[in-house]
Amino acid sequence: MTSDRPRSASSPRPRRPTLFGLIRSGLPEPPPPTDDTLVRDLGLRVQERARQRLGRSLALRLVDAGSCNGCELELHALQNPFYDLERFGLRFVASPRHADVLLVTGAVTRNMREALERTYQAIPDPKWVVAVGDCPATGGLFSQSYACVGPASAVVPIDLTIPGCPPRPQDLLAGLLALLESNGKPGRR
Amino acid sequence: MAGETLAAGGYSLLALWGEPDCVHLSFWDAGSGAAAVMTLPCPEGRFPSIGRLHPPALRLERTIHDLFGLAAEESPDARPWLDHGVWETRFPLGKTSPSSGPTPYPFLPTEGEELHQVPVGPVHAGIIEPGHFRFTAAGETVVRLEERLGYVHRGVEGLLRGEDLEQAAALAARISGDTTAAYSSAFAQAVEAALDVEAPSLAHWLRALCVETERVANHLGDIGAICNDAAFARMHAFCSVLREKILRAADLCFGHRLMMDQIIPGGMRTVPPGEALRKLRELSEEITASLPGILQVYETTPSLQDRVVGTGVLSRALASQYASGGVIGRASGRLFDARCHLAYPPYSSLRFSVPVREEGDVDARISIRIREVEQSLDLIRQIIDGLPEGPASKPLPQERVAPGEGVALVEGFRGDLFAWVRLDERACVERCHFRDPSWFQWPLLEAVVYGNIIADFPLCNKSFNCSYSGHDL
Ligand code: SF4
Repeated sequence: MTSDRPRSASSPRPRRPTLFGLIRSGLPEPPPPTDDTLVRDLGLRVQERARQRLGRSLALRLVDAGSCNGCELELHALQNPFYDLERFGLRFVASPRHADVLLVTGAVTRNMREALERTYQAIPDPKWVVAVGDCPATGGLFSQSYACVGPASAVVPIDLTIPGCPPRPQDLLAGLLALLESNGKPGRR
Repeated sequence: MAGETLAAGGYSLLALWGEPDCVHLSFWDAGSGAAAVMTLPCPEGRFPSIGRLHPPALRLERTIHDLFGLAAEESPDARPWLDHGVWETRFPLGKTSPSSGPTPYPFLPTEGEELHQVPVGPVHAGIIEPGHFRFTAAGETVVRLEERLGYVHRGVEGLLRGEDLEQAAALAARISGDTTAAYSSAFAQAVEAALDVEAPSLAHWLRALCVETERVANHLGDIGAICNDAAFARMHAFCSVLREKILRAADLCFGHRLMMDQIIPGGMRTVPPGEALRKLRELSEEITASLPGILQVYETTPSLQDRVVGTGVLSRALASQYASGGVIGRASGRLFDARCHLAYPPYSSLRFSVPVREEGDVDARISIRIREVEQSLDLIRQIIDGLPEGPASKPLPQERVAPGEGVALVEGFRGDLFAWVRLDERACVERCHFRDPSWFQWPLLEAVVYGNIIADFPLCNKSFNCSYSGHDL
């Protein structure tokens, strides 16, 4: 273990292992182009007032309502230095009470139905719900099960669906950026 | 009898699962190195409890009751496990009866002055799977953790009944997305055993390539995430860059970042182009070259070491009793790795070592992961260099096959995962069972947290990284 003596102003900075120099610049990557139809789709739903109030900043809250964890892995990837979600004003928050957007993954299981409903209710208005992946969009392979409710729309109103199994990070980013764009324009002063 | 031998430590429990009118038990005999499956008919809807003698079987027996209605006689814990009382029917895979609705779950009682309870979940603060943790604490110190799982129970075993192999393989690939390659491989091997066909050699090698790539990606993610929970975010950022590069290389090879649906009964769906394999090989060298740096930063950062050394200690006795596989078992001195102990192809032709530590703390679990990444990267290079010629898949008999059963044990990144399948004469799934490594790891997290402060729970938990979806199924 290294010494943790306090360092005086004159002593040279101890050499740290150079590992982190290995990350070359070029990260994060430029954002993917957003999909016009997504923007149009959302623009219809987002009220002018909400745009003014929230600006170009959205707090996201995820509920895994019965996912295989694949979609979570790709949501995690959005936060790595390649995609760096936060530079767009999008960030994940720990409490639904701080959130503007609910992301739902998984074919909603009966055992998670109540938790999903209660999380949705805990988010203050105005709020949006994004179904992430094929499972919450359609129920995926699980919709016929005794243990599943099926698509997330059976439990909460869905504003945007990002298909894929799981959606690639670029698709997630494009979808969320579309939400943000429709939220920030037009009419925002 | 088997229960007594299990309790005495002679056998390791591999799986215990039900059917409407019988239960099956699979164990591994360390002495002979052989695995076996036993079946006990239950015409009366009852079977003698193994959990009474051997606690690792308890949650499995509760699950058998929830799904099939078969009762474990004299079980010390007959509470429901996966059934939260909100399914439309009870015993959905056995003789069904209407559900009587949810009842309050009886958590274990705690007694003592100045104890308080902290309920957490099922929805957690981060981007993680759902489950409930009930902490009982005296001040900051945890005196009991009780888990309640089952929130992501999707009824996969029920959905698998009667499915053709293509649909069944798609379901198996979606049991646990982080382990999709290992699950697909286990399912494919079990099906091939049931049909008594051998996949081509190239398929075995490519399956191992997927599973090792999956192990590297997950271990890198875990190493970073554990350090992040000790407030050391730079390691997380660095490891997540490496993880992303691995996923992109996997995407180039197999057309899917997680390599989902690539391993199928009979072989492989795709053979990676040579150029993509060359890139993956190059990347494996790049990451290998950065491992000494990771290790040095990890070992020489006092704030990090202070949090991980001596935290969340799992004893060797418990790891052995629960036959806990993977990093968790090996960090506590239990040397078991299906890749060498069962030596299924192609691992019998490859050189690798299985790192073991004795300390059983968070530090040991991180260190083992770093060493395993190194081994898997080397395996990736050996596999790419040694890929055999020939076809990557073979057509399977479609119908009028002899009905048969098959089992497989595959070393995924969390440890050995067990698959069993019975096929009917149309080569469709009649019954299928999967046992995730987490079944024998979750209960130990409860033991490990005892005596630690609540604030260290995330560290302990992340260093275990048990699966919810694989467990809940
Ligand atoms: S959409 Fe696919 S990756 Fe996402 S939770 Fe469903 S099965 Fe898993």
